[in-house]
Amino acid sequence: MQCDICHKEAATVHLTEIINNKVTKLHLCENCAREKSAEMEEHFGLADLLSGLADLVPVTTKKGKSPSLNTGADIDVGIKCPSCSFTFQKFRKIGRLGCPNCYDAFRSQLSPLLRKIHGYDRHTGKIPNKKEVVKDATVLLGDLKARLTKAIEHEEFEEAARLRDQIRSIEKKTKPEKNEVKSNNKKGKK
Amino acid sequence: MNLEELLHKRSEWLKGTGPKSDIVVSSRVRLARNIDKFPFFNWAQPKQKEGILALVKDAALKSKFLKKTMFLQMKDLSEIDRQFLVERHLTSPEHVIDPQYKAVLIDDQEIASIMINEEDHVRLQILQSGFNIIEAWRMADEIDTDLGTRLPYAFSDRWGYLTACPTNTGTGLRASIMLHLPALVMTNQIGKVFQAISKLGLTMRGFYGEGTEAVGNFFQVSNQVTLGRSENDLIEKIGSIVDKLVQREESTRNILMTKNKDEISDKIWRAYGTLKSARIITSSETIKLLSVIRLGVNLGVVTGINGTQINELFMLTQPAHLQKIEGKILNPNQRDYKRADIIREKLKG
Repeated sequence: MQCDICHKEAATVHLTEIINNKVTKLHLCENCAREKSAEMEEHFGLADLLSGLADLVPVTTKKGKSPSLNTGADIDVGIKCPSCSFTFQKFRKIGRLGCPNCYDAFRSQLSPLLRKIHGYDRHTGKIPNKKEVVKDATVLLGDLKARLTKAIEHEEFEEAARLRDQIRSIEKKTKPEKNEVKSNNKKGKK
Repeated sequence: MNLEELLHKRSEWLKGTGPKSDIVVSSRVRLARNIDKFPFFNWAQPKQKEGILALVKDAALKSKFLKKTMFLQMKDLSEIDRQFLVERHLTSPEHVIDPQYKAVLIDDQEIASIMINEEDHVRLQILQSGFNIIEAWRMADEIDTDLGTRLPYAFSDRWGYLTACPTNTGTGLRASIMLHLPALVMTNQIGKVFQAISKLGLTMRGFYGEGTEAVGNFFQVSNQVTLGRSENDLIEKIGSIVDKLVQREESTRNILMTKNKDEISDKIWRAYGTLKSARIITSSETIKLLSVIRLGVNLGVVTGINGTQINELFMLTQPAHLQKIEGKILNPNQRDYKRADIIREKLKG
């Protein structure tokens, strides 16, 4: 299939837009897709662009073959989620994952993609049920310290002082807890 | 509580009472969550979809924060009723397309709603009037923490809350603030605003209309990044940027009123005149004219009508609302007549 814009290269990025039940399909080559990406993002939303973005992520290639971005033959098609049998190739096509375990199964492929989307590939926010007290405090501390640095950079000294006090009080509180958990862990180990 | 009652009630977010409500229409926080050990909704087996629905429904109905709620299964609703929920911002347009195994839970003030089996198993939404994004996040956090004690959420230490689409993973948080920016549009500053916003990890789009055209000068600003930043950071960031937009719109409105008062007043009164007299009116024209009058009310040019009434007209003149009021299906042409009737009735001095 040829690219709808340059009519030269093979189309590897496929977009579908639905407005009032009218379906418009766009097939683009990698280069034209990149050029159009800003425009597309506006029109199609980021999620639908993902199937395109995923194509730009280098995939694991089998030994002896030269790495290539878009020739389907070189992709390690063996990558499959053990829980739901979803393949990474399917994700590349539709931009959605099969189940929560897919994140682990496609870890090395998703990591660069997530960094591309969010600028980070590590969660620093809320943790359900506050199940790990120590971790929660660590996350909170990291968060507060980052804000402290920012406040100092912006010369917001009142805010900086407030943050510093908050950090100190948390550090005081978490120290004994940390020790407790550590000793619990030791007991748990056989 | 049932759907008919909603029709004659004002949603909390329409009251126009929150801070800066002359410019900020509403603040919304959405959290995406999934249940561990289940495939994401689109790939789950019918039995699993049923299971998720029952699990989430049960967990939500036990919540002390969701005492007065209405539980609606999408398959039980008519096409118009589903559209009605979309127009009230209680469900997403995607959620009504394939209604099987999908449901929504709505609290009696229409502040909190939970979509069950959208793209993610749980989509909790808090919708507040005016510039209230911190309060919206606080409420969402509280309900989410409570639901989390009964629902085993899919969560990874590294990637946070796991979602069907990697653009939501991490916090699963999407904060969206709806703004009315007529002065920035009139003075051709909106293009620059779009550019600046996109460089800050946020997105902005026209609220009504498709593509780049923003009918009625309503815009929605949302965070794009959901991973690697804490919820508080994300909320703080969007809040501070929207704050700057609000200041810019305010100062531009002031300049317009000093320099071009007569032209602005003329434009506002003409819009008022058209709405008060029209016999047939399309939805797009209604939004455009109501937008001008909304500005007029906030600038003190138009008196005798308040922001709440304008907000209500935006709501009632939408297709599904018109058909609910009329109690029968109306084609687009019939709706244009009915819309004009309702507007004249509401604007009658």
